Amino acid sequence: MNRRDYLIRKLGLALVTIFVVVIINFLLFRVLPGDPVRSVIGRNVRISADTQQALREQFGLDKPIFPDQFLDTLGQWARGNLGVSWSLRKPVNEILLSKLWNTLLLIGIGQILAILLGVTLGLIAGWKRKSAVDVGALTFSLIAWATPTFWLGIILLAAGSTWLGLPTGGIVSPANVGKPLYTVIPDVAHHLILPTLTLTILYLGEYMLIMRSSILEVLSEDYILTAKAKGMSHWQVLRKHALKNAMLPIVTLIALNLGFTVSGAIYIETVFSYDGLGKMFQIALVKQDYPLLQGAFLLLAISVIIANMLADILYTYLDPRVKAT
Amino acid sequence: MNEHWTLFKRNLQNFWGDFRGNRMGLIGAFLVLTALIAAVFAPSLSRYSPSEVIRDENGRGLTFAPPSVHAPLGTDDAGRDVWTQLIYGARISMTVGFLAGFIAMFVGSLFGITAGYFGGWVDNLLMRTTDVLLVIPDLPLMIVLVATLRQMQLKISPLTVLILVIGLLYWTSTARLIRSQVLTIKERQFVARARAIGAGHFHIIRKHILPQIMPLIVANTVLIISTAILVESGLAFLGLGDPTQPSWGTMLNFAFSRNAVTNGAWWFYLPPGLAIVWISLGCVLLGNVLEEMLNPRLTGHNLEDERHMVSIPAPGASSD
Repeated sequence: MNRRDYLIRKLGLALVTIFVVVIINFLLFRVLPGDPVRSVIGRNVRISADTQQALREQFGLDKPIFPDQFLDTLGQWARGNLGVSWSLRKPVNEILLSKLWNTLLLIGIGQILAILLGVTLGLIAGWKRKSAVDVGALTFSLIAWATPTFWLGIILLAAGSTWLGLPTGGIVSPANVGKPLYTVIPDVAHHLILPTLTLTILYLGEYMLIMRSSILEVLSEDYILTAKAKGMSHWQVLRKHALKNAMLPIVTLIALNLGFTVSGAIYIETVFSYDGLGKMFQIALVKQDYPLLQGAFLLLAISVIIANMLADILYTYLDPRVKAT
Repeated sequence: MNEHWTLFKRNLQNFWGDFRGNRMGLIGAFLVLTALIAAVFAPSLSRYSPSEVIRDENGRGLTFAPPSVHAPLGTDDAGRDVWTQLIYGARISMTVGFLAGFIAMFVGSLFGITAGYFGGWVDNLLMRTTDVLLVIPDLPLMIVLVATLRQMQLKISPLTVLILVIGLLYWTSTARLIRSQVLTIKERQFVARARAIGAGHFHIIRKHILPQIMPLIVANTVLIISTAILVESGLAFLGLGDPTQPSWGTMLNFAFSRNAVTNGAWWFYLPPGLAIVWISLGCVLLGNVLEEMLNPRLTGHNLEDERHMVSIPAPGASSD
């Protein structure tokens, strides 16, 4: 399979997946009991039956669900119109966009720390197999895997706020809202410590394990033996021959992990009352705010799908073997 | 039948001989068994019922009371015994985890065997389905599914909804694993011979393929159960559990939303989380050891002095 076919396949998969997500999203919220008109005007507003009927016609709800309503909804979504939140009374797309950066900040820092630490520790663990670092790394990742994210968050929240005096939630102290950047940035950093730490611990284990098994595999290759026979030192072999190849699976993992990262963000933002997409998702769930839930799901799913596709494309540039075969 | 039985007994003895020497596996088995025992014998392990309010001499409910003789793990915000809720919660958490795990195993094996054995468009369709399912972020999907399914008033209990949603979403890794195993087995001589003497597909699958992949299915199920228990705890924490039948995740939801953290009631939020770690760690250790014993991998490398066959403990099949 050459690179063009590979790319077309990946693009096709992404499109099909987005289509599946759109269908799920449309059908699930259409089968809900209750009237979609309510989603437009808010739940608690009382209006007469005539007005409701007029609204129904205005929004095309008297037409058949398929294809009219489906295509109409699809068109709305394509234009970024995700409806109005029941609980916040604001357009869903505005709400989501305003929270997006907070979440990206949190998961961005968490992922970068986890990748740096995980790759380094995994490299040492695989190279010095059965050493203390290796046993420690394996034990750590096993326990981290078995620990529920939100519970780890709760523990760090309790420990950090009691013993270290760290803030228990939010992104910025109410007193510092609207202050100049040199006051706000240290405050935000202070608020980010615990959620980022939770996220880093959570992802660290997996990067460590993948890096470890990847470096083990690379070091079993014959060209490593050749390099060693040439009289290169271990460090030189690792740096010149092993590291680059062993890093490849990490690229795929970052992409595959995105779905996992989103789950982490939902739990961690809930525990730390961090004002991001994850917290929004949880609020939408608790308040049964279906337009918000639907919009958040659509946004999260499509971002993960696209990021996955980009990682697949990036992979073909990083790994020449994909081209050659 | 007799012959089969002797063979089975010999296999079991060999297996136990190997397993006995594996410390990780024994620890895993211990963790899983103790949790199972606590769940099964819950009523005999506590004086109280899970919803009973514990009172002091004056008849006042002991809310957020630290561990004492009356309540070994303290009490919650309503004055109920945390230990009692913990062991009754084990029943809920483990029932959901095991049933969801079995559903995932069944669906995954069915699809894996069908795809691997028949190949062609069935295989293609299956692999594309798993491709699609792998990319959709699972927690948001599950939240949306559970939330809407509940709203539809289908007259099925919230726990059943959880079991079905988890079970029907986590079969993809099993299906892929089983498929690849079936692909290699169906090329073996004994399958070709069976086919040559006119054995039907169903006969071949049942008599020749299933016995070969059964151990792998068992190991994989144990791993999926740990994923299912973790996922259930997360959904319950977000409020999607059944408040009338609290699992460990529901307990943590109560603890968190009723300010156990700000009240310093560590006895309320530590035990349920530790219990989740306990059982999921147990399942992962057990599952990994079983998988390793069936599927040893070479892990020595060229920068070492000696090379030997060792197996590495990898954590569960794809996690989230």
